[in-house]
Amino acid sequence: MNDESILKVKNVSKSFSGVQAVDDISFELSKGDVLGIIGPNGSGKTTLINLITGFLKQDKGTVVYNGEDISKWMPHKIADAGLVRTFQFMRPYHTLPAYKNLIPPLYSKRASRTGLGNLGDRDAVAIDILEDIGFERDTRVPFKLAGTLPLGYLKRLELGRCIALKPELIICDEVFSGLSMSEIVSMVPLMERLQEEGITLIMVEHRLRELFRVANRVIVLSFGKKIFEGFPEEVFEDEKVKEAYFGGEDTYVFK
Amino acid sequence: MQELRKERLDRGVKVRSESIYAISSLKEIMFIIGPGLLLAALLLILPLFVSSYWQGALKITGVYVLLAIGFGFLANYVGLVSLGGALFVGVGGYLSGGLNYFFDLPMIVTIPIAAVGGALICTILLLPALPLRGVYFAIVTLVYPMALSRIIVATGAFRGTDGLPGLERFPVGIGPIYLIFIVILICLYLLSRLVNYEDFGLVLRGVKDNELSIKASALHLTWYKIQAVFIAAFMGCFAGAYLTHLYGWVGTSLLAQDFSILPVAAAVVGGPGTIFGPLVGAFILVPISEAMRDYGTLRIVFYAIILVIFVVFWTEGILDYLKRKYEQFEHWVEM
Repeated sequence: MNDESILKVKNVSKSFSGVQAVDDISFELSKGDVLGIIGPNGSGKTTLINLITGFLKQDKGTVVYNGEDISKWMPHKIADAGLVRTFQFMRPYHTLPAYKNLIPPLYSKRASRTGLGNLGDRDAVAIDILEDIGFERDTRVPFKLAGTLPLGYLKRLELGRCIALKPELIICDEVFSGLSMSEIVSMVPLMERLQEEGITLIMVEHRLRELFRVANRVIVLSFGKKIFEGFPEEVFEDEKVKEAYFGGEDTYVFK
Repeated sequence: MQELRKERLDRGVKVRSESIYAISSLKEIMFIIGPGLLLAALLLILPLFVSSYWQGALKITGVYVLLAIGFGFLANYVGLVSLGGALFVGVGGYLSGGLNYFFDLPMIVTIPIAAVGGALICTILLLPALPLRGVYFAIVTLVYPMALSRIIVATGAFRGTDGLPGLERFPVGIGPIYLIFIVILICLYLLSRLVNYEDFGLVLRGVKDNELSIKASALHLTWYKIQAVFIAAFMGCFAGAYLTHLYGWVGTSLLAQDFSILPVAAAVVGGPGTIFGPLVGAFILVPISEAMRDYGTLRIVFYAIILVIFVVFWTEGILDYLKRKYEQFEHWVEM
């Protein structure tokens, strides 16, 4: 792990008509890190992602990515710089076949700059990417309408959209949630591979066991505040975290 | 009792031609391009066999067809419900009429300028509304032509209610019909290629399905909407300029709501699944409207009835129904 900082979030806050969704959160991320963000429902995880990726504008604070202040950038410009995200509620182009879902990202300027977009036939590149991320078991699946795909494939499709852009940092909003155990088991190696390829990851998750296999650092949010930052093993030793999750009682957690 | 259900299967050639090109015979090639060729042949032969009264009706039909195709393209492939037909026709018409009236430019110059320049003007006018979706965008596009016609009447610009008379007119005969029909065919060909085969078209369809994903794919959402609106406005402004030189007159009637509403009806009747649907719808609705000219405003009632029948009982639309029959087998299987 090198110490080159890729993302710095400084004192970011956001409130929605009085509700403080994200309250003065700061953290820093080095290249190659895998950061897990966990927290109870409504603790501001998705809002934080929206703030970083430009889908929402923060009230206060700055986000610095690769040394540049991206706080006021539009979402597409942030994605163009290599900071991409998946959506918790998958957003495929449901009237297009699955592999055609990767055409828009491959059509972008970033894709032609980073290589995948100008290899000629974008359809073939799209199918290659899909096969690479787990569509290979059934050769018909990439040709089915995205709207008819099961959840597991949609989650992969979201990741495929990110991978097509050859990103430096992917923010995954609950890629494991809603999946069956076997789907998750096949998804974890994919995340590990992304990490090995040198892509920095932020993973927002509820599936802690799988998350902690991948993540090397964890942030815990509660009511918009950062209440813990540290190694995965230490998370549930922390009193504040216990309180946020279990109301302070000493509970058997996960194994 | 034995229960049956209808099973639909895609024909082999459709499946093969959809993703990977593995077309082996002339027969299969004809299966794919046949409908388009048939349509082109029909459009090109039709003007030769109708009376001079109906030739006039065909020109008007052509104008509505262009508007309907533009509406269908924006609504079904980009997700922008535009009631801007009147805006496009008005801007295109006033631009070509104005250039002809004030600067004495011939129509061979004014029509292209009006089509391109008008499309630019319309796109700029609609720019603030582009972040809006659905009915909100529709409302803005509906308001513009109303406002423009009031402004023209109130300020007396372009000679206010009198309009600009004595403009250059198309020669009599079937030439002008072919002009607009050929433009229609070119637009149809380019648009259906765009939305079915071009990556740019896929991005536009992505805009319809999911704006957030487009943003997350490092694409400038508004820029793609601008280009789509420009395409539709180009067709509409050409239609307006055409209408101007057909009548040799420009007035506030070019900003009438008919140009906004009929394309919607045509797109509903034709069906949302193809670029060609709105054309079929316009070719059914405009001649019906023309045939019922004697009944005056009562024809609106017939219109409304047709529209309601389609919306309630046959939302699929004519062309989507035909397309399904053409591309799929149907047979009964046991449940």
